[in-house]
Amino acid sequence: MVERRYDKNKFEPWRDPAAKPYVSIDRVTKKFGDFVAVNNVSLKIYQGEIFCLLGGSGCGKSTLLRMLAGFEAPSGGSICLDGQDLADTPPYERPINMMFQSYALFPHMSVEKNIAFGLKQEKLPRGEIASRVEEILGIVRLTEFARRMPHQLSGGQRQRVALARALVKRPKLLLLDEPLGALDRKLREHTQFELINIQEQLGVTFIVVTHDQEEAMTLASRIGVMNRGEIVQIGTPTEIYEFPTSKFVADFIGSVNMFEGRLVEDLPDRVRIQSDELGGVIHVDHGISAAPGAVVWAAIRPEKIDIRRTPPGSMAENCVRGVVKEIAYMGDMSVYLVKIDSGKTVRVTLPNIERLSDDERIVWDETVYLTWHPGSPVVVTQ
Amino acid sequence: MAANGASLRSLLGTGRAGPLWELFFRFGPPRWSNYIRSHWAGQRLVISVPYLWLLLFFLAPFLIVLKISFAEFAPLGRPPFESILRWSEEGALQIKLLFTSYSYLLHEPLYVSAWLYSLKVAAVSTVLCLIVAYPMAYAIARASPASRYVLLMLIILPFWTSFLLRVYAWIGLLKTDGVINNVLMGLGIIDAPLAMMNTSFAVYVGIVYSYLPFMILPLYANLEKHDLTLLEAAQDLGSGPVRSFFSITLPLSLPGIVAGSLLVFIPAVGEYVIPTLLGSTDQLMIATLLSDEFFRNRDWPRASAVAIAMLLLLVVPIMIFQHFQNRELKGNKR
Repeated sequence: MVERRYDKNKFEPWRDPAAKPYVSIDRVTKKFGDFVAVNNVSLKIYQGEIFCLLGGSGCGKSTLLRMLAGFEAPSGGSICLDGQDLADTPPYERPINMMFQSYALFPHMSVEKNIAFGLKQEKLPRGEIASRVEEILGIVRLTEFARRMPHQLSGGQRQRVALARALVKRPKLLLLDEPLGALDRKLREHTQFELINIQEQLGVTFIVVTHDQEEAMTLASRIGVMNRGEIVQIGTPTEIYEFPTSKFVADFIGSVNMFEGRLVEDLPDRVRIQSDELGGVIHVDHGISAAPGAVVWAAIRPEKIDIRRTPPGSMAENCVRGVVKEIAYMGDMSVYLVKIDSGKTVRVTLPNIERLSDDERIVWDETVYLTWHPGSPVVVTQ
Repeated sequence: MAANGASLRSLLGTGRAGPLWELFFRFGPPRWSNYIRSHWAGQRLVISVPYLWLLLFFLAPFLIVLKISFAEFAPLGRPPFESILRWSEEGALQIKLLFTSYSYLLHEPLYVSAWLYSLKVAAVSTVLCLIVAYPMAYAIARASPASRYVLLMLIILPFWTSFLLRVYAWIGLLKTDGVINNVLMGLGIIDAPLAMMNTSFAVYVGIVYSYLPFMILPLYANLEKHDLTLLEAAQDLGSGPVRSFFSITLPLSLPGIVAGSLLVFIPAVGEYVIPTLLGSTDQLMIATLLSDEFFRNRDWPRASAVAIAMLLLLVVPIMIFQHFQNRELKGNKR
């Protein structure tokens, strides 16, 4: 039985103003010549978190991680861990360990020696090294592979060796660079949960860098979405997915239908958006902060749109007619690409709850009506 | 005949007999055109050409030298040895193998000391080469790709001049009124010229200078392949730069060190030109002795025995070299 150090449902230190951040990254900037890789990033990460830095390639997430590890020096700003400024600490003296994307296992050392390497640098007594290696091998379930060489292991086993090697040092902070990137799909899913389990068991704070939103969503307590060297949004996976604050985030996480429009009615509890792109009015049942008449975007997730054959009672708002142009059957769900009257293509996904007979099923070139609940759209202003 | 064939077949074993035997027992005498087409196409043909070359120009001469080394010295003969095969008066074939040449090598202190001196010179030169070459190879491997090729070019450049000329040039540098002595005396660092020519020092300088590229190139080839994230990982795990070098870079470059060392050591043991031109006359290396036996004493059997002994003693390091090379190949498969 895994002993949990934190109650998952109540673990939200970032909502507590009195909580002391464990890692605080304060206005950190990194320039390579003229290129600004990381631009004025500030982040507060709390003990016991799995914080994911999510972004496309070249967004600066890896540079930020390398600055935490000490391989790059910030051009400006400061990084503190547990109240201690890390600026003058070389990588080999930081209480931080990293799991490299390529795993970087030492090819001339056995699994055992790879894991013991970090402990040997601390000049621990031999007996303690042996017992700690033994213990961590048990946690990552590699006890019987202790004497193998890295090239004799599978990808998943190598990944676990890399994890064990970083964890055995009992770091205050573990950095993981695309930890599951090299694994195949089935193994990934399994490993994700295993990683969370190990993290909970040991209570180490994780910072994970990934470009894979699915990986970020399953692992993270919070996600920081990065774009062009800046953090564009920080939030729990739910917040990021359900309440993106910008077009970029809405578009980057999952897929989304974006309708440009003009704010025509702006009340504290509801807004209406006239959208030419949609060819109708979008009614949203929550207020937003934008001036009337401003250009805004309404983002609606494909799974929040309903597809039906008959027109709804009122076509006035949150409804549009279209023709099915593409259907992709994915097994657990189906994706429909519907060309609406304005000419825009809207993506709709429906779970395949029932097995439908051929004439019940929506088919190609069929005229359909798309509707959604006023709670579904998210309005973003940038 | 059939029974004979079957027993032969079982003797050879079906699996190991090879395609020629298989075909012979299955279809009678081989149809060569088919055989060549099916088994000798491409790969084998390509491999066989260099092997044929080695057979003709290495193995055959080696066997001739081996034969001469067992023959009896005949100072007035032409060639100066007696054939080991001879028809006796009764018409029987006599084979006369003499080990005198070999036993002479072991009992004559001149040979033993020349041998030991050769080994010492080769070993010390190899170590010196390694000490000089490792930092150079490391620096080239870590240089930017553009400057890397310029630096490598500079290493290879001396090969464009004749080896003999380059060694001769050292005479001009090292001799009593040579460049080095004149410069040092001109600067007032020394009062009397240093005796550098015809010393062991000159031999070391010559060998290290000449063989340095053979050490640098394999080391570079190895170091250039290193995954630098391994060093970052070592640092991350608490190992400083110096310890990381000794625990990661050095062990991983071992195949390069071995390859380079053997490429220097093996030819250095048998080096003839450098000790002849730069070395002293009272401390001989084995190759000089060999040439003296051959050209001055015209004792072909003894010269051959020296050559064979030299070869046998070098086979051991070559086999070590092969072992490490195989290990590196296996390691790279990963």
